[in-house]
Formats: sequence, C-alpha cells, structure tokens
Amino acid sequence: MKGKINETTQNNPFLPELARIISTHYLTKDVKFFQVRFSDMEKALSFRYEPGQFAMVSVLGAGEAPFCLSSSPSRPGLLEFCIQKKGTLTNALFRLRENDLVGVRGPYGNGFPMGDMEGKDVLIVMGGLGVAPLRSVLLYCLDNRDLFNRVILLHGARTPSDMIFRDEFMALKERVDLECFLTVDEDDTGTWKENIGVVTTLFPKLKKIDPSQAYGLVCGPPVMYKFVIKEFIQLNIPKNQILMTLERRMKCGVGKCGHCAIDYIYTCLDGPVFTYWDVIHMRELI
Amino acid sequence: MKIVKLKKENLFPFLEVISKDADLWAPVKKNSDRHVFKMIDDLTHINLDYTRTILPPRNIILPPEIRMFRATPLEYEPNFSHVAKRILFGVHPCDIHGLLIMDKFYSFMYDDPYYIESRKNTIILGHSCWPDENCLCKSTNTHIVEEGYDLFFTDLKKNYLVWIGSSRGDDLIRMKPDLFEEEIANEDIQSFIRRREEKDKAFQTEINFTAMPDLMELKYNDPLWDELGTACLACGSCSNVCPTCNCYNVEDKPVLGENCSDISRCWDACTLENYSGVAGGENFREKRSERLKLWYTHKLQAYISKYGKPACVGCGRCVVTCPVDINVLTVGKALDGNGIDSFWSRLSKEVTR
Ligand SMILES: Cc1cc2nc3c(=O)[nH]c(=O)nc-3n(C[C@H](O)[C@H](O)[C@H](O)COP(=O)(O)OP(=O)(O)OC[C@H]3O[C@@H](n4cnc5c(N)ncnc54)[C@H](O)[C@@H]3O)c2cc1C
Ligand code: SF4
Ligand code: SF4
Ligand code: FES
Repeated sequence: MKGKINETTQNNPFLPELARIISTHYLTKDVKFFQVRFSDMEKALSFRYEPGQFAMVSVLGAGEAPFCLSSSPSRPGLLEFCIQKKGTLTNALFRLRENDLVGVRGPYGNGFPMGDMEGKDVLIVMGGLGVAPLRSVLLYCLDNRDLFNRVILLHGARTPSDMIFRDEFMALKERVDLECFLTVDEDDTGTWKENIGVVTTLFPKLKKIDPSQAYGLVCGPPVMYKFVIKEFIQLNIPKNQILMTLERRMKCGVGKCGHCAIDYIYTCLDGPVFTYWDVIHMRELI
Repeated sequence: MKIVKLKKENLFPFLEVISKDADLWAPVKKNSDRHVFKMIDDLTHINLDYTRTILPPRNIILPPEIRMFRATPLEYEPNFSHVAKRILFGVHPCDIHGLLIMDKFYSFMYDDPYYIESRKNTIILGHSCWPDENCLCKSTNTHIVEEGYDLFFTDLKKNYLVWIGSSRGDDLIRMKPDLFEEEIANEDIQSFIRRREEKDKAFQTEINFTAMPDLMELKYNDPLWDELGTACLACGSCSNVCPTCNCYNVEDKPVLGENCSDISRCWDACTLENYSGVAGGENFREKRSERLKLWYTHKLQAYISKYGKPACVGCGRCVVTCPVDINVLTVGKALDGNGIDSFWSRLSKEVTR
C-alpha cells in the first residue's frame, strides 16, 4: 500500500486511563464496592464530574462497561463504584484485588442538574443498584448542605443484608440536617429496627413538601419507578422536576456506537438522567 | 468554486499522476451487473458505468472490523493501521451526502479519531451518475452536491466539467495543469444544462419525504410494523449497505500466548437479534418490529436528535438488497397510505418460525 501512514495526533476519547484499585469489599452478596485512583496523580486531581455521570471501566481481556460514579465530586481524588456481578466483565472485576489496575475513561453523560436543584428540597428515593448514582447526589448535597433546602432520603431493599451501604446510611440517620428513612421488604435477621414494607410505605412519614420547590429523584429496579413516580405525582411534584436514570446497553459512551439509542435520543449523550417529562415522550418506552 | 474542463482522454493521465503516493480506489465491475469500490492497480479496470456499488464508500474509510488498541497490563497502544492516504474516485452525489452525514456524526460532541483520521486522508473525487428505477435521491434532495468533495467530474460525453471543491482539489489540478482547460465553451454549458434537465426527468421513483417525519409519529403503533416484523429476517443486510449506518460493537480478544489483548470494533446492526440486549439476558427490543421502527426512525424521521433531519440519502441500496423487500421505498409507500404490500402479508403468513 502506497498510502500507508501510522502516526496520528488526534485526541482519542476511547483511550482508557489506568487506575489503581485502592480498596474493594463486598457490600452485599453480589455487589462490590470499588475505590480507584488514576495512576497519574495529575489526572486523579483534575478529573471533574457531576453526580449521575458514568465512566467506562475496563479489564484487560474481559471488556468494558458503563458504571455510575458513586462518589461525589465534592471529594476529589478517589473514584468510587458499586458494581453488581452480572457477566464477563463484572466477574473479572470481582476477581481483582487492591493495587490491581483497571482502565477508566469518562466522565460521560449529562448527570443530575445540581445547579437547578440549589435552594430546593431534594427528595431522593432509591432501591437496589439505584444507590450507585444517587449516593453521589446525596453526598454532594450533604457536602454542600447550605446550597439545598431539605434533603430527604428514602432507601429500600429486599432484606437488611441486601441493603447496599447499609452501615453508611444507618450512620447518616444521626444527622439532623438529613431526613433519612430506611426500609426492607422483609426482615430475615429479626434485628431490623426501621420500617418494614416497600419503599412507597415511607411516603406517609414525610413532613409536608412544597411540590413546586421540590425535586424528586428515583433510581432502582424497574418495578420501583412506576410506583415511586406515582407518589411523586400525588405529591404534585412537576413532571420536569422528577428525575431518573435509564439504563441501556452502551459500547462507547460518546455517541458513536449507536447501542444506547431510544428513538433518536442517545442515552449516553442526552442521558442517563432524564426528567419524567422526557420519558413520557419516548415512544419506545410507552 | 471554480470549474475547469478535462478532455476524456486526459482522465487516466491525470489519475496516474495524482495517485503516485496514494492508494486509488474506484468502482470496478463485479459479476455481470454489480459494482464494488476496489483498490486500483490497473486504471483500465475502472468502470464508471455504474449506478450504485454494493457497499457504500464509508466502508473504505472505516472498514467492517478495525483494531482500536493493543492492550497490555500496563498500556493501551492505539492502532490506526486502517488509515491510509487514499483517493476515492467515482463517488456519486448520494454517497457524498452520506459521507457529509457521517462527518457530522463522528465529530458530534466527541471526535472519533478512527473515522476522522481516515476521512482526513481520503480525497473524494465525485462523479456524475444516472438514476435507475431504485434511485430516490431526488426525493431526498441529495441528487445534487455542493460540498464534501475535492473534485467533482460531470460527464459530458467527450469532456468532463470538473468542479473544484477544496484547496486540496485545486492542488491536485496543479500537479498537471496542462491537462485542464480554463475556457469552457458555450457548447459545453448547453450540453451541461441539457444533461441536468434530462437527468431530472429520468427519475422513475418518488416518495414524499417531507411527510415522513409526521407519518412515522402518527403511525408508530400501526399494525403495519407487525407485518413488517414478521417478514424481516433480522439479517442486518440493510445496515451493512446503508451509507449512513454507523453502529458497532466492541470486542476484547486476548492474544494467544501473550499477556495482552486486542480491542477491536466491528459493525453491528440494530436489526440483529442481540442489538439491544443488556447484561443478564434482558433485551429492550426483542421484537423485530421494534428494531425496524428504530431503523426507520433514523432513516425517515430524524437522525439522532441533534441533526433533526432524516439520514436517508436515497442511494437505493436497501431497495436492491433486502431479501424480503423491506426498504425506504416500500416502507415509505406503506406509511404514505398505500397500505401494506401484499407481498409482505403473504410472506408473514408463509414464513413460520
Ligand atoms: C449508564 C449506566 C450506568 C450503569 N451503572 C452501573 C453501576 O453503577 N453498577 C452496576 O453494577 N451496573 C451498572 N450498569 C450496568 C452495567 O453496565 C452492566 O451490568 C455491565 O455491562 C455488565 O457487564 P458484564 O460483562 O459483566 O455482563 P454480560 O452479561 O457478560 O454482558 C456484557 C455485555 O455484552 C452483552 N451481551 C451479553 N450477552 C450477549 C450476547 N449473547 N450477544 C451479544 N451481546 C451480549 C450484554 O448486553 C452486555 O452489554 C450501568 C449501565 C449503564 C448503561
Ligand atoms: S435508507 Fe436505503 S436508500 Fe436511504 S441511504 Fe440507506 S440504503 Fe440508501
Ligand atoms: S429489513 Fe431486510 S435487509 Fe434489513 S434485516 Fe430485515 S430482512 Fe434483512
Ligand atoms: S453508548 Fe455508544 S452511542 Fe451511546
């Protein structure tokens, strides 16, 4: 080939940066916590993101997948993920130990509109893996407590041992500037002192909310969305102040591979955070 | 823009000179009536008497499978071996429009260096064409092209009128200026006008493209999609041949015997079964009809929201390719109220799976 060239100067958005696992442990029987830091210190300190954004994490020979950043940008330096064991890549991740390397690139996606939420009530409802993006929002609100009005957390799990970050959230119950409610569907330990019942059974416990001044955030297993959104609507929270994340298959995170399309929206660019108003206009979801 | 004239006998000498240090790609005949773009080592193999190549030129710029990285435990080594200095000769207006859409797509919000590097190194020499019964480019308004090429050759039987579309195109002409004439005779202008009028009349097929976005919306739940879904073989051919399809998958393959792996991207198609599968075996678009709706939303209604315009450039490839006659023409007609083609109804009854 006469036209052969090898060098390019382009910036490569697909190129992962190496990051070292600082700590990792089980949160529940199939969900693990990973705390990582970019090997390049400069990169570690300059990496900026918004709650709700995600990163592509890769393991050599096992592939790459999107995971929400569970840490808060208000605590720079370390990135945290909570990851459920699903298939090829997540199995490989679960085999890694402290000091092992992974590839990380990002941050991608829109993230939650933290700026718009300033001065407002933030009502966070989460279940299952929904804690991954919403823990970031919660920590951000708590670290910048003055910027927000009421901060309310409703967290549901199937059983106490399924509750991701149970100890962390239990400890948060001590805070006077956070209204924190935890619940489990059933108590298999016999020691659970909090509410028992699905997450919607927590709504009657809330002190009155001024809906026009409130944002309702929900992430969790698919069944949760329907019921929690119903509660939000009953509270009269405007549809464009109800926020959620959508999960799609993603192969690139930067709007090129096409896999995350819903109608003609690319979830990786326009999402993963959408308002309920956006969602009811997606034909494919109706 | 500047237009010059080239006598036909001077075409090969010109191509000879400009392809000295670049790979020349042009249409050649494959089998009796089909054409493909191929790398040319003998200019006489070029065959310009073609309507559409089997695969669009985007496939030369971004081949079906490219290696993005070789990854070792300590480093990701980017790989750009698919990039070469290329001259693509004989590209028709619809395909140039296809490349313009790809250009926008691959630089939207994030630049895709694998496309952009390859595209930057590819010189586009367009060529005029003549429609057959499957060309829809007049309906999509892509039968004329004003940008996206370096040179564009309009065939006037004995001569070419050559549009210079970029400074790079101008540099090519300067490599052999004595082959070109600046003076264009009135006779040439007349014959150009005549050609354009005749070509305009030669289109045999038309769909009402401006109505499509609304019709896609209004008929989103129409039973016609179920019939289409039953007929569709989920073979992905329509995506492989369409100049504005871009989807790909990523594979991470360990290199045998070495502690490293190759990360490559290979074409995917939204009509294929597993396209929208996610971890744990869930599939957001299990039904063929749902996947077809996605394809036609992109082609007839809007390419990702940001461009707000459909992505069909009317090349007719899906028309000649789909084994069960699902294509922009038949789907467009069905949406337009002409009902579902009896062929599909028959097929959806006969095909059992
Ligand atoms: C924005 C976003 C944020 C996310 N955040 C989190 C998070 O914080 N925590 C978390 O645990 N998860 C998260 N996920 C989900 C996570 O990305 C998946 O669990 C992960 O991709 C699983 O990868 P795997 O290799 O382990 O699974 P696998 O089941 O092996 O699947 C790997 C990929 O290959 C595809 N695939 C599987 N089988 C086939 C097949 N037969 N043919 C073709 N393709 C196939 C799957 O669809 C999947 O995309 C998030 C997803 C998105 C989109
Ligand atoms: S949809 Fe069909 S006619 Fe339109 S550009 Fe694609 S292949 Fe060509
Ligand atoms: S529409 Fe036709 S070409 Fe496309 S996947 Fe279905 S059968 Fe194949
Ligand atoms: S993840 Fe590739 S386009 Fe969105």
